[in-house]
Amino acid sequence: MINALVDMFDTATIASIVAGASALMFATMGETISEKAGVINLSVDGSMMLSALAGFVVAFETDNVWLGFPAAAVAGMIVALVVAFGSIKLSLNQVAVGFVLFALCTELSRFLGQSYVGRPPVGVPAWDIPGLSSIPFFGPVLFDHNLMVYLAYITVIATYLFMYRTRRGLELQGIGERPEAAHARGVPVNRLRYFYTALGGALIGIGGAAFSLDVILGWSDRPTRNLGWIVLAIVIFGGWHPLRAAIGVLLFGALQAYAINLVPEYPSLSQVLPSIPFPAMIVVLVIVNWKALLKWLDRYPFLRAILRSDPPTAIGTRFEVN
Amino acid sequence: MSRVNSVLLPAAVVVASVVGLLLLAGTNPWDPLKIIVEGSIGWPPLEEGAARKVGDTFMVWVPIALASAGLIVTFNAGMWNIGIEGQIIMGAIASAWIAREISVSRPILVFLVILAGAVGGLLWGLLVGVLRTAGGVNEIFGGLGLDFVALSLTTYLIIGPWARSGVASTSGTDPFPEDSYLPALGAIKLSPLAVGIALLALVGVWLLFKGTLYGLKLKAVGRNRPSSFLLGIPTNRYLLGAFMICGALAGVAGTSQALGFHQRLIPAISGNYGFLAILVVLLARFRPFLVIPISFFFAMIAVGSSSLQLRLDVNPSLGGVLQGVLVLSAMFGLGWAGYRALKEMSASEAKAGSG
Repeated sequence: MINALVDMFDTATIASIVAGASALMFATMGETISEKAGVINLSVDGSMMLSALAGFVVAFETDNVWLGFPAAAVAGMIVALVVAFGSIKLSLNQVAVGFVLFALCTELSRFLGQSYVGRPPVGVPAWDIPGLSSIPFFGPVLFDHNLMVYLAYITVIATYLFMYRTRRGLELQGIGERPEAAHARGVPVNRLRYFYTALGGALIGIGGAAFSLDVILGWSDRPTRNLGWIVLAIVIFGGWHPLRAAIGVLLFGALQAYAINLVPEYPSLSQVLPSIPFPAMIVVLVIVNWKALLKWLDRYPFLRAILRSDPPTAIGTRFEVN
Repeated sequence: MSRVNSVLLPAAVVVASVVGLLLLAGTNPWDPLKIIVEGSIGWPPLEEGAARKVGDTFMVWVPIALASAGLIVTFNAGMWNIGIEGQIIMGAIASAWIAREISVSRPILVFLVILAGAVGGLLWGLLVGVLRTAGGVNEIFGGLGLDFVALSLTTYLIIGPWARSGVASTSGTDPFPEDSYLPALGAIKLSPLAVGIALLALVGVWLLFKGTLYGLKLKAVGRNRPSSFLLGIPTNRYLLGAFMICGALAGVAGTSQALGFHQRLIPAISGNYGFLAILVVLLARFRPFLVIPISFFFAMIAVGSSSLQLRLDVNPSLGGVLQGVLVLSAMFGLGWAGYRALKEMSASEAKAGSG
C-alpha cells in the first residue's frame, strides 16, 4: 500500500495522469459551458462514444488523425443540438431527452462501429516542446506530451478567461443564472443557449475523439468505459467553475491510477479496484452538499470558496419570451 | 390533424432511420425483422420450438415489466431512478445468497428467495433515497455510482468467494441448487409465478395511483415538492417510500433473472433491463397498462436480435438502436404536437384580440 503510494508520485506517473486526463478535460469543459448556459446534456457518455467512433472512422479512412477531431466535434454538436431543440423549442424534459440519447448513441456506435473493432489505431503524434521539456520534473509532466494534451489545458484556461473575464462570458453566466434579466438587457437567451449547448457538445465530441485517437487508441466495444458519467459528477464537484472542474478531473485521474496500481498487491480485487472512482464520486458529492460542513466552513471564506457548489439558478429550466 | 401527425411522423422517422441503417450495413430491411420475430416468438406461429422461444421472451419480459412498474412509482415522485440497474443486481445477489446457503423445503425456499430479492433491491434503493434526502446527492449520480458498485460486487463474487469449483471462470457461478429455481413449465423456461408477480405489480402500481391517498400524495410530492411540504406531507419520507417500492420490485426482477432465467449468477445479471425499462416507461408515458405490450415488444426485440449476428452478420445492437429511435421519435413527436397546438392557440387568441 505504502509502496503504491510512493510509486504514485514518481514523475512518469504524474505525467501519465496529466496526459490521460485530456479526454475528460475537453468533455468536462464542454458540459460546464452547456450547464452554465442552463442546458443539462445528460447524453455525455453516449455522445462521447459516438464521437469517438466518428473520429476514429474518419482518421482511419483518410489516414489523417487531424481530420478525426473535427468529425467528432460535429457528431457531438449534433447530439447536443437535439437536446437543445427538444428542451428549448418543444419543452421536453432535458434529462429524459439526454438519457434516451445516451442509450441511442451507445447502441448506434456499437452498431456502426462493428467493422472497426480491432483495426490498427491511428494516434496523435508525440510533440515534446523543445527546451521546456528538458526542465527537470516540470518538463516531462507538462511539456512532453502531444498537441491534443496541450490543447486540453489551453481549453481549460480559455474557458475560464472567457467565462469570467469577458463581456460575452458574463452573458453566458446571465442566461444560466437570471435569463429574465439577461433578456431585459437585450441578450437573446434562447439563441445563445443553442449556441453554447452546441459548443459544449463539440467539446464533448473532441473529448470522445481524444479517447479513440489518443488516450485509449483504437475502437473497442466500449471505449469510454462509463467515464462520460463521471464528467457529469465532476462538473458538480467543480461547482460549475472551469478551473475547479479541471482540478476535479486531475484528482479523478490520480485516484484511478492509484486504484490500478493497487491491483498487483490485491489480485483478488482486480475487478473491484478500477471501479473505486464511482463510490468515490458519491462520497465527494456528499461532501460538497454537506450542509453542516458548509455552515462550519462559512467561517473560513477561503475554504468555503473551495468547496461551494451552487448550480446555475436557471439550470434545466425553460425560458420563454412573453 | 396534429394527433395523426404525432403518431405518423415518429413512425416514419423510425422506419426511415432503421431502413437507412440496414442499407448502410448492407442487408435488406426485411430479413432482420423476420429474424427478430422468428427468434422471439417463432415464425410461422406455433412452429416447433416456438413454445421455448415464447417462454424465453416472457422471462425477459418479467424483469422489464417489474422494473417498469417500480420506475412508474419513482417517476411519479419526480425522481430519476437511474440506480435501477444496481437494485436489480442486488436483488439477484441477495436471492443467490439464499439459494446457495439455505436448504429448506422447496415452496418455502422459493418464497424466501423472492423475499430476499425484494429486500436486497429495497435496501439498495433506500440507499439512493437516503443519499438524496439526507446527503443532497442528486439521485442520478448516487444511483449511477451504486450501479457500478453493485456491478463490481457481482464480478468480485463470481471470481472470488462464489467462484466455480475447479476452474476459476469469469463467465459465472455454478448453477444454484434446483430446489431454489422459480417453478417453471417443465422444459420451458417460463415461470408462471414470475409472470404473475409482474402482472400483479403493474396492477398494484395502477391501483396505487388510481385509488389510494398514498399514491395521490406521492404524485403531489413529484409535481411540487415545496408546496407538498407546506401542506404537511413529509416529503422526504415519501421519496424514500418511492425508492423502497421501486427497489423491491427491481429486486424481484433480479430474482427472476438469477433463479428464473440464468439459474446461476453471471456478470451481466441485470441484462441492462433496468435502463431498458426507463425507455419503456418513457414510451408508455408512465401508464402501467401500456407497459405490458410495450415491454413485451421490447423483450421480443431483445431476445430476437441476439441471433442477428449469427444469421445475418448484423450487430445485435440493432435492437437497441431500434428501441432508442422509437422512444426518441415518440417523445419528439408528442413534443412537436404540443408545440403546434400551443402555437395555434396563441394565434387564434391573437386573432380574437385584434377582432
